[in-house]
Amino acid sequence: MSAPTYDLGKLHGGLRLTAHKEESTAAPIQHVPVPAQLVLPLTQHSGDPAQPVVDIGETVLKGQLIASPDGRLGAPVHAPSSGKVLAIEPWPVHRRHGDNAPCIVIACDGADRALEIPRPAACYDDLPGDLLFERILEGGIVGLGGAAFPTAQKLMQAASGDLEFLILNGVECEPYISCDDALMRERAREIVGGARILMRALRLEHCYVVVESDKPESIRALGEALAGVDDARLTLKQVPTIYPSGGEDQLVQLVTNREVPSGGLPSDVGCLVQNVGTAAAIHDWIVDREPLISRVTTVTGDGVAKPMNVLARLGTTVADIVAFAGGYTERAKRLIVGGPMTGKSVTTDRVPLVKASNCILVLGDIPAVAPEKPCIRCGECAEVCPVQLLPQQLYWYACADDEAKLRSYGLTDCIECGCCDLVCPSHIPLTADFRVAKARIREMADEKARAERARRRFEARNQRLDAEQRDRERELAAQKEHAKKAGPRAIAEILERQRSKDKD
Amino acid sequence: MWTAILTISALALVAGLALGIASRTLPADRSSLVLQVDELLPQTQCAQCGYPGCRPYAVAIVEDGAPINLCPPGADATVRRLASLLGRDPAPLTEPAPASRIVAVIDESRCIGCVHCRSACPVDAIVGAHQLMHTVIAAECTGCELCIAPCPVDCISMQARS
Amino acid sequence: MEFTRSEAPYLAPRADVAATMLQVLAALVPAALAHVWYFGPGFLFNLIIASLFCIGGEAMMMHLRGRAPETALADYSALVTATLLAFCLPSLTPWWVTATGSLFAIVVAKHLYGGIGFNIFNPAMAGYVVILVAFPMEVNLWVAPRMGDIDYVHLTMLQTVTYTLTGSLPDALTFDAISRATPLDAMQSGLRTMHTFAEVRTNPLMGDFGGRGWEWIGNFVAIGGFWLLVKKIIRWQIPTGVFAGLLIPAGLMYIISPGANASPGFHLFSGATILCAFFIATDPVSAATSPKGRLIYGVGIGFLVYCIRKWGSYADGVAFAVLLMNMATPAIDYVTRPRIVGHGRDSTPP
Repeated sequence: MSAPTYDLGKLHGGLRLTAHKEESTAAPIQHVPVPAQLVLPLTQHSGDPAQPVVDIGETVLKGQLIASPDGRLGAPVHAPSSGKVLAIEPWPVHRRHGDNAPCIVIACDGADRALEIPRPAACYDDLPGDLLFERILEGGIVGLGGAAFPTAQKLMQAASGDLEFLILNGVECEPYISCDDALMRERAREIVGGARILMRALRLEHCYVVVESDKPESIRALGEALAGVDDARLTLKQVPTIYPSGGEDQLVQLVTNREVPSGGLPSDVGCLVQNVGTAAAIHDWIVDREPLISRVTTVTGDGVAKPMNVLARLGTTVADIVAFAGGYTERAKRLIVGGPMTGKSVTTDRVPLVKASNCILVLGDIPAVAPEKPCIRCGECAEVCPVQLLPQQLYWYACADDEAKLRSYGLTDCIECGCCDLVCPSHIPLTADFRVAKARIREMADEKARAERARRRFEARNQRLDAEQRDRERELAAQKEHAKKAGPRAIAEILERQRSKDKD
Repeated sequence: MWTAILTISALALVAGLALGIASRTLPADRSSLVLQVDELLPQTQCAQCGYPGCRPYAVAIVEDGAPINLCPPGADATVRRLASLLGRDPAPLTEPAPASRIVAVIDESRCIGCVHCRSACPVDAIVGAHQLMHTVIAAECTGCELCIAPCPVDCISMQARS
Repeated sequence: MEFTRSEAPYLAPRADVAATMLQVLAALVPAALAHVWYFGPGFLFNLIIASLFCIGGEAMMMHLRGRAPETALADYSALVTATLLAFCLPSLTPWWVTATGSLFAIVVAKHLYGGIGFNIFNPAMAGYVVILVAFPMEVNLWVAPRMGDIDYVHLTMLQTVTYTLTGSLPDALTFDAISRATPLDAMQSGLRTMHTFAEVRTNPLMGDFGGRGWEWIGNFVAIGGFWLLVKKIIRWQIPTGVFAGLLIPAGLMYIISPGANASPGFHLFSGATILCAFFIATDPVSAATSPKGRLIYGVGIGFLVYCIRKWGSYADGVAFAVLLMNMATPAIDYVTRPRIVGHGRDSTPP
């Protein structure tokens, strides 16, 4: 099981990119000391913001719950170190490119006292699956590969179907990012442990641990860890170094040769994909009782003096982390949280490290790019698209705002990997255009749905009014009939009654 | 050379006449066209176009050749789409489109519970009963403004949808 | 510290239209030199005039359209059009013929459709077809290759320039004296007058495997073409399609009746076959887009070239074939859309 094997499926397109990973993987993971202040955004995951459960001025311990998802889609947030809650206020976050979002600010006391969390009485092996999901939710675990989807909810959704494979994603195909590589080299045992916890929770019999072929040290470390547990259910697999093999749907296709249906999830074809960092975090929480309060991040790029991988507490600002990595060089012009293909460009380094931050990339100025030229229909974009779309056609229809054609040509299947941008000779910002177009067709779909609802209510109302009208007419006709039949006698009776009343 | 020119011109003339006659006499599929036009209209049912609802306006466009620029809630986008569907020239709107999506809001402190607005709403987005508080279901309100006029105490205003 | 905001991806694009066009021009340099070697300096004068009018036409049209001319000129596409047009013309061409072709190509076939990226027809071929039909005599004034054993009058550089600028020959010469049919011309008329292929091959204009002189120009074009393939400037589908579409019917007919048909080798090395396969048909704007579509497009061009050479009245049908397939491109693109991953195929394991 430690002998690596190559992929079964084949990925269409993709690009071989210069890795830029040697600089940051030369040394082991460095530990960033706890800073004076930690800033924890309430939304560190896909879904609804968590609600604070602490007040300003309250003292908190390391690992203490400070925000709870309150039953909606989300994950709890824990204090990464001990101290006092200074404020709950807006602070720049990377998710909004440097704009503000509500955050809990903790002033650290330096003592780093941990909350005593009692170890579970039973070993996790004896816990039923549902309880494991709840436990995982309590640990604040979210997908650490970048999307930050709450892991417990993902597992519960996947468990409701037919699952066959767990796929551990150690591919890390984007250039510059090497945090998973460093994690696999140094904490392979915890990753394997986390995988086995997941397999127990989901009752799975097969697990593939997938690594790209440009990470020989990680492959060796994982091989040793797997040999150590001697569990035949886990297999180590190697895939060629092509971007974007690490995308969830692409990895499922590579490893199992199954295609995730459009608009569906990997669980629809019996697979569950988890990042190796998420697996290690699950192990740390379930076995060592440490919730998700820190993560390994790569600090790299031309603009950083000493590129490296660091283990930092969540809430440490990018400024503190870059200072730890030797500070900025004079080439520092752009700050990106994430990778060079899919990361988010932020305007300030005051943004804190959050659960989704896998890389802090400081780049120099982009070489002067000529302005966007018309599309020359060269077709290179279609050659590299991993989803086999025709970006060229999508571009024409996005310019024309043609919602029907955009859907028909698969705009919603675009994974925004950025490959088409790099190969376009006319330097058209295709990925950005598609992002805008997706928002527009969602808007147009919403409008259509609203119009449809209004039309139905209008027709229902007209029907109701017509029915009421008919009822009234029927009653009137019935009364007239009755009056005609009863007629003169009734009138005489009424007059009689009146006369007798007058007499009284 | 002249024979050639005359022959080609004659052919073109005959073909053009034939097409013109066919387009006028042969029946087009009217009902599906009405449906297509109705699909493009915003379904506000506000009657700002002068017709008592979007479907009657659609019928008028297809059968009576009503102008396509009478619908303010549809904005220029609807005029352009109608123009491209029907092969007509787009024209500027007769009334300007609302700047953003608007919904009606009832000032509850002034509402007297007279149900006039409830009867006026074409999509039944106002709930209430006699002498009891009325309120607008914001999600269903299309912004047609038909409820504003019947209110005897002027307690309804249009606000931008958040 | 504050930073500027930009959009992903944050790496520099790898490709550039101007760089691509320059590579195409570079790939044509060996063929250009061969052309001058075999047929004299007339090619260079045609190239200069075509370039002047293509670039001038582009600048004028951009100005008329209210745009900055540099944005169009900077991608060198006008220069590529001019070069391809120059390759299609005889080395003795009066300047007004070249000018008309260039202006039509750039002004009508390119800019009236919206500029680069929006033209349906290959501009160079559209320009060539217009002057082929409008100036049939001038465009068919082909000279013989300058090979020692062909007894023939060759014009000097000065005489070539004079002809290019004025359209008049030196007093002692007539058109008949200096022009010869092209090998394709000779083959077509020979075969149609019931000579066999072998008989026509004895004509001194015929070379070892194609037309004399032309076959070597074709080889140099092929070198340039393969270099473009290696550099991935062009993809294999169109050249393969053109060769297959032309050589398979030619081969079949040659097998059926070797006397009455030219060999596939002859077709390959004569006329503009190789130039068409690697440089003309591969114009990205007017060609089909999807890989399957490109194959169909190439095969269509090859087949039409064969039909025109075999049964048509023109000796070489490359320009017409390309324009006809340009018309079919939208339909080809529509029916050859690739299947999007996640649609259609049964997603259960094989």
